[in-house]
Amino acid sequence: MKKTFELENLHCANCALNMENAIRKIDGVQNASINFITRRMTVKITDAVSFEAVIKKVAAAIKRIDGCAVLELEGVYYG
Amino acid sequence: MDKKQKYTMIRLIAGAVLFISAYLIPAAGWLRLLMFLVPYAVMGGDILYNAVRNVFKGQLLDENFLMSAATVGAFYIGEYPEAVAVMLFYQIGELFQSYAVGKSRRSIADLMDIRPDYANIEKDGKLIKTDPEQILIGDVIVVKPGEKIPLDGTVQEGAASIDTSALTGESLPRKVSSGDEVISGCVNMNGLIKVVVNRTFGESTVTKILDLVENSAANKAKPEYFITKFSRWYTPAAVAGALLLAVIPPLLFRGSPGEWIRRALIFLVISCPCALVISIPLTFFGGIGSASKRGILVKGANYLEALSDSEIVVFDKTGTLTKGVFYVTAVHPEKISEAMLLELAATAESYSDHPISVSLAAAYKKDIDRTRVSETEEIPGHGIRAVIDGKTVHVGSSRLMDIIGSKWNPCSHQGSIVHVAVDGEYAGHIVISDEIKDDSAQTIKELKKLRILKTVMLTGDRKAVGKDVAKTLDIDENYCELLPQDKVKHIEMLMAKKSGKGKLVFVGDGINDAPVLARADIGIAMGALGSGSAIEAADIVLMDDKPSKIPVAIKISRRTKKIAVQNIVLALGVKFIALLLGALGIANLWEAVFADVGVSVLAVLNSTRALKQTE
Repeated sequence: MKKTFELENLHCANCALNMENAIRKIDGVQNASINFITRRMTVKITDAVSFEAVIKKVAAAIKRIDGCAVLELEGVYYG
Repeated sequence: MDKKQKYTMIRLIAGAVLFISAYLIPAAGWLRLLMFLVPYAVMGGDILYNAVRNVFKGQLLDENFLMSAATVGAFYIGEYPEAVAVMLFYQIGELFQSYAVGKSRRSIADLMDIRPDYANIEKDGKLIKTDPEQILIGDVIVVKPGEKIPLDGTVQEGAASIDTSALTGESLPRKVSSGDEVISGCVNMNGLIKVVVNRTFGESTVTKILDLVENSAANKAKPEYFITKFSRWYTPAAVAGALLLAVIPPLLFRGSPGEWIRRALIFLVISCPCALVISIPLTFFGGIGSASKRGILVKGANYLEALSDSEIVVFDKTGTLTKGVFYVTAVHPEKISEAMLLELAATAESYSDHPISVSLAAAYKKDIDRTRVSETEEIPGHGIRAVIDGKTVHVGSSRLMDIIGSKWNPCSHQGSIVHVAVDGEYAGHIVISDEIKDDSAQTIKELKKLRILKTVMLTGDRKAVGKDVAKTLDIDENYCELLPQDKVKHIEMLMAKKSGKGKLVFVGDGINDAPVLARADIGIAMGALGSGSAIEAADIVLMDDKPSKIPVAIKISRRTKKIAVQNIVLALGVKFIALLLGALGIANLWEAVFADVGVSVLAVLNSTRALKQTE
């Protein structure tokens, strides 16, 4: 499953890189890419795992790197 | 500038004023420290806060931490003005970066401002604004002047000029009326039209284009990967260097530790790879944005970069270099008039809908009186026999003339030759050919100017026709009479001939050539307006069907790559020089922060040039 999120308050390009690396290491995440310029993140998740559980981990990883950044998908905020 | 940026600017101005006054007012001891701590706190309070918070979260070595460590260290060794200056310039650099990125972001967003917000549905004589996603195939929508066409469809009623420039970069409006196809994302300029929807919103052109551009960032170019890898070891290495510099030399030389700490702080100041990390993707994104403004959609930075190494450009003929529409190009009668010959041929062929018959009817222009035809018979593979006004007319190939024993004359013109005989006597022939596009010759010329080593044309058409087109356009190699599977073989053969770094580009119209598009290093499909399949099959998509967009795309890609390389060399060069001078004790903190912020600003400014490529 592939989902595209908005990343609000993303301010530093290096953080975006670090987030990308951290998210790729999460179990159940096949691939992740963050476009700092459009502030969008695309995450590909293995079908076998629970979407909600993985997204929670993704949101936590983002929060750890940049405390201000907020993950949003179709009007729902995570983290 | 947004609210946050304005707030930061006010803080920086206030901090700078306090800083200058602290610098000018003579004070000593605790009072002096306090006078510098105030502007420091005003300007760098948030950085310190974030640094402490992130350390507790286990996030070491981020830029907040590095800047905090560098400035606190400077305070520790008594270099108060340097500490405040590092913070000031760092913040100015950050502010400028966020401003420049915001600006690029907006101009790219403007570029992509083709997403329709609503569709008008007529209900009980009233127009209701509806979410385009809820419109079904077969629904009739109303598009008023000035509105975007929300979904792909066919005009049912009305006529209008539509502006396709947001999709194609073409400024000339297109006229549409009942029966014409319209593409979502175009703007209706003047008339009211009713459109029968034939694709849902998710399948409509506008959605496909937006998805493509938005997802293009996922395919990174080589310089982006380089920066990602580089930044992963650069920061830890610079910090390790700083630690070693602060600890080892004082032990060895028994010199003043203050001097070595000062040199170590320089390492911390320069240790953030931010300028590179932001400027490289910004450059490629700008390049992709600049290409889409011209109707060239690139599916990823990797393809844009690869295009700069194009070595062989292979074209499909029909529909790519030629219009794919057949025209009568010459009429050569014997004994009868030109008009008479054309009339006979068009009338005899009037019951057929073969492209050749259509082109004859189009050339004849007048209405065909079918009642004159009393009998017609198709001779498969050869032509037609028809009885017109009591006379037996044969229209077809030279072989047909041989069969009926009519002595035909060969023609020196290229194209399909249609011979005509009346009551067995030869009446002349008509030449029908596919027209070469207006900009094809210019395209090949431009490609040669761009030092493309080889241009190749592949076609399923006859040798005589293919060779003629290749010669007219000055194409280096041509391969004719190919079946679709032969084309893949030829691409593979050509791929084997190119150099290791060089890339092979295939250009087709996206119909029937998906395997070839996939096999080439870079597949370019043209004419996406009207053919959704082209968008999926290729790496780069041209919205219109102009081959001249290819040299434009290559130019954009080369310029984009050049800017990216400039940024890498500039930023790395300045950083290494500053590190070296810092380690040797030649540079001071002022110079280090100036160099670091300065190069960030320059790199970001340079990368915005990728977006503003004009020709």
